[in-house]
Amino acid sequence: MSQRQVLPVVPSRMTLTQVKARLQGARRGHALLKKKSDALTARFRAILREIVDKKQRAAELLRDASFRFVAVKYVVGDELKHIVQESVERAETRLRVRFDNVAGVSLPCYRCVSGSVSTGPVATSTIATAAAAAAVAVARNDGYAEDMRAAGPVQTGVASVAQYRGLGRGGQQIAACREAYNEALLALVELASLQTSYLILDEAIKVTNRRVNALENVLIPRLENTIAYILSELDEQEREEFFRLKLVQNRKKRELARTQAQELRARERRAAQALRAFDMNSFEQALEPDAANTPSILEQIAGADADLLPI
Amino acid sequence: MDMLTFNADNGYLEAVVRGLKASLLRRQDYTNLAQCESPEDMRTILNSSDYGLWLQNEPAPLQTQALYDCLMNRLVYDFRSIRGQSYAPLSTFLDYVTYPYMIDNLVLLLMGVLRNRDLSELLDKCHPLGLFEGIATLTAIHSPEELYREILVDTPLAPYFAECVNVHDLTEMNVEIIRNLLYKAYLTDFYQLCVERIGGMTGSIMATLIAFEADRRVINITLNSLETSLRKDERMMLFPRVPGGLDDEIIQRLGRADDLQAVAMALDLSSTYRALFQRAAERGEYSLEDQFLEFEMKLLRESFDAQFHYGVFYAYFRMLEQEIRNLTWIAECITQKQFAHASRVVPIL
Repeated sequence: MSQRQVLPVVPSRMTLTQVKARLQGARRGHALLKKKSDALTARFRAILREIVDKKQRAAELLRDASFRFVAVKYVVGDELKHIVQESVERAETRLRVRFDNVAGVSLPCYRCVSGSVSTGPVATSTIATAAAAAAVAVARNDGYAEDMRAAGPVQTGVASVAQYRGLGRGGQQIAACREAYNEALLALVELASLQTSYLILDEAIKVTNRRVNALENVLIPRLENTIAYILSELDEQEREEFFRLKLVQNRKKRELARTQAQELRARERRAAQALRAFDMNSFEQALEPDAANTPSILEQIAGADADLLPI
Repeated sequence: MDMLTFNADNGYLEAVVRGLKASLLRRQDYTNLAQCESPEDMRTILNSSDYGLWLQNEPAPLQTQALYDCLMNRLVYDFRSIRGQSYAPLSTFLDYVTYPYMIDNLVLLLMGVLRNRDLSELLDKCHPLGLFEGIATLTAIHSPEELYREILVDTPLAPYFAECVNVHDLTEMNVEIIRNLLYKAYLTDFYQLCVERIGGMTGSIMATLIAFEADRRVINITLNSLETSLRKDERMMLFPRVPGGLDDEIIQRLGRADDLQAVAMALDLSSTYRALFQRAAERGEYSLEDQFLEFEMKLLRESFDAQFHYGVFYAYFRMLEQEIRNLTWIAECITQKQFAHASRVVPIL
């Protein structure tokens, strides 16, 4: 299991709120990604089923088409293949790419556009009547499906050289073969778009699932642990604080007690001395009113001062 | 009188051809071949026939293309051996038999030049029978005009080119139309060679064969150009007309035909083609082309009934070509696991 470590964070209330916010965000993100990956897998499975029967269909069409090419070779002979390979300049069928969006993943969808195109350097597949040329296109159907680009304006029905092929002999067989291969091509184009989207989806699903799992198994537990850690830290700090206060109080109390004790002892000592030096008669003298002969403060300070008028 | 003088020059070669014809595969062989599981099994069956010699040095997993090459090599070898021993009238006759291949090769080279591809690559794609002496110099050619001049100088097809195709036509006019024009000129020339220059038994037999070939092309051109933008007069121009072929009324109707119905009606007038057309329409399996092939095989077999004429040479090589087509068809059907169709071949004998 991944180690349950904790974010290196200062355990304070402020970071607690931050981590809580992050946890909240992580949870929401996790939910969203989960939904996205479910959507993707649903589409993925649908495409998978479609690919299976599309492939069978394409295989059948190709078998039928190549068989018709055999019929053409039977009637017209072998050199037709060479002649048609020589006579091809522009592709008669081109691909249009349209991207549709599934849960944020853009999937290509190819469509066949027939009819020759007037200008423009276009990466095209060479679709001529002869199977040989078509076979070449067929052989790399997946490869070229990715780098197809939308073609320019389309004209239809330009009299192509292929029309007169087999005029003298075998024209019907060639037409039949041509149709068969066109049909096979359409099936292959659909298959191509399915397979490319299959690959893209597969990739996207892997990434999303990785993220979901990462969140689920690493980030969220870590955040939770951090929160737990912070809370525990805070509690501990509180306890410490409490304990410290208590200590301080005790010390104060002890100080107080000590000072009080000292005072008491001092007082006792003084009381004891006083008791020891006490006799009754000095006490009474002390009590007589001798105030008359003691000079007042003023007199004490002034003394014989000439300036003063004897009143 | 053919019988007196014929054997002096051509007796041996005729015997050779009749021997070769006897070695052609029969219907039974085709049914056995159709039951094979792979080209390898075919090889074991073919070993007993003449092809054994040709197939022995092929590597183990026999490919259909390799099989086709072996069969073609055998055809070329047979032809060259006979052509090598033939004398004046027969040698020209045999050259005429190779002209269709030459036409196809030249069309291929012409297209190569139009696409300014270098011709050396194309040379090895040409049919071996259709090569001529000066073909090696063609590799230096880069423009249609040069090719045209080269053709006029070197090839026996010069008269056809001069007659129906001129220099600036080479570029614009569709290459297929050129091919059909050449073919038309070739057929009429071949007809004259057989009927006027050679005459006798050869003339009569070859007349029917050439007429059939011409009619077949007329019908094919009509059918194949129904939907295309080929103008009616252009189509008429492409029709090879040979005495003994379809008569004018049918040709006119075919020229004007716009759809299958019109073609069917036009062909009703001629008994033979009506039957072929109907049979093709009913039995979806066998296309019109197969009907034509069957009919042609019948004509070729009949040509072997007569003796002392050159028709047997033409017939044998067409039969051998058909046999090659059949074998390739069976081999392809087997490799593509279409066993049901493997037996659908046009038997020769």
